[in-house]
Amino acid sequence: MQKNWWKILSFLILIYTVVGGLLMDVPRLFILNETIRNLYFHVCMWFGMMILFLISFIYSIKYLSGFNLRNDIFAHNFAAVGSFFGILGYATGTIWANYTWVTDQSQSLGSILKEPKLIGAAIALLIYGAYFVLRGSFTDMDKKARVSAVYNIFAFAMLFPSIWIIPRLVGSLHPGAPGSESGNPALNFKDIDSRLRMIFYPAVIGWTLLGVWIATLKIRLQLIKDKSLLHE
Amino acid sequence: MNKLFRSLLLVVCGLLFNAVVFAQDKPEMADVMRSNGKIYVVVAVCLTILIGLFIYVFLIDRKISRLEKENN
Repeated sequence: MQKNWWKILSFLILIYTVVGGLLMDVPRLFILNETIRNLYFHVCMWFGMMILFLISFIYSIKYLSGFNLRNDIFAHNFAAVGSFFGILGYATGTIWANYTWVTDQSQSLGSILKEPKLIGAAIALLIYGAYFVLRGSFTDMDKKARVSAVYNIFAFAMLFPSIWIIPRLVGSLHPGAPGSESGNPALNFKDIDSRLRMIFYPAVIGWTLLGVWIATLKIRLQLIKDKSLLHE
Repeated sequence: MNKLFRSLLLVVCGLLFNAVVFAQDKPEMADVMRSNGKIYVVVAVCLTILIGLFIYVFLIDRKISRLEKENN
């Protein structure tokens, strides 16, 4: 029980996120109105994804430095849950954009599809999709682990231009683009005041911990399955 | 008389314009939902889903722990 404290912490934080996120006061903003509360859910998915991908990246490096298959299983499952968070972030983003970009700013679908943020995020997710395809195409375990670990490092490196740099350089409706007068999508967002931060930061931690929990479940199952291969 | 009427019109227009600006200054929020307490229904639904999800994950966790014990 002692090493499970973070699971309880995740549960408590997410309860706080839902209750506080829906009931506590938020800044009154044009266009966004009450949907600013999506910050506690949509943006947290992306933050969770980035943290899970970072963990996966670290395990890939660890695999390459010692060729322990255990680290490969860790890297694979953290990337899987990270991608899942990314897909959830994308799906919630489409719903949010549908009500704040299309109707209020008289944007057509064509201009939405040109959004650099959406394209960048799609590229990043597709690169991670290719990671799983690559893994599936190997029959030899060591070769699979080695090639996919190298590819995972590349995939993580591709996150930098596709979701952190390019969307900040070109105009976009998404917060964080030069046209929207805010430097950073979430952290330095001019509309994010202390009332939002009070829930947003814990929410990021809570969602990430939930993702880590699910990833560890997948890892533990895989470790039981591959017990004979791991020689432990 | 004409002058007085004109200045009066100006004041009225100014007040009206002010009201329009004031209305735009305050973005619409779901205040009705909050005042009649229906927001608590939403909170209850979300909490039920969240707690259910956590119970499910917890049960899977326990099952895997049991599997690990059996395997060792």
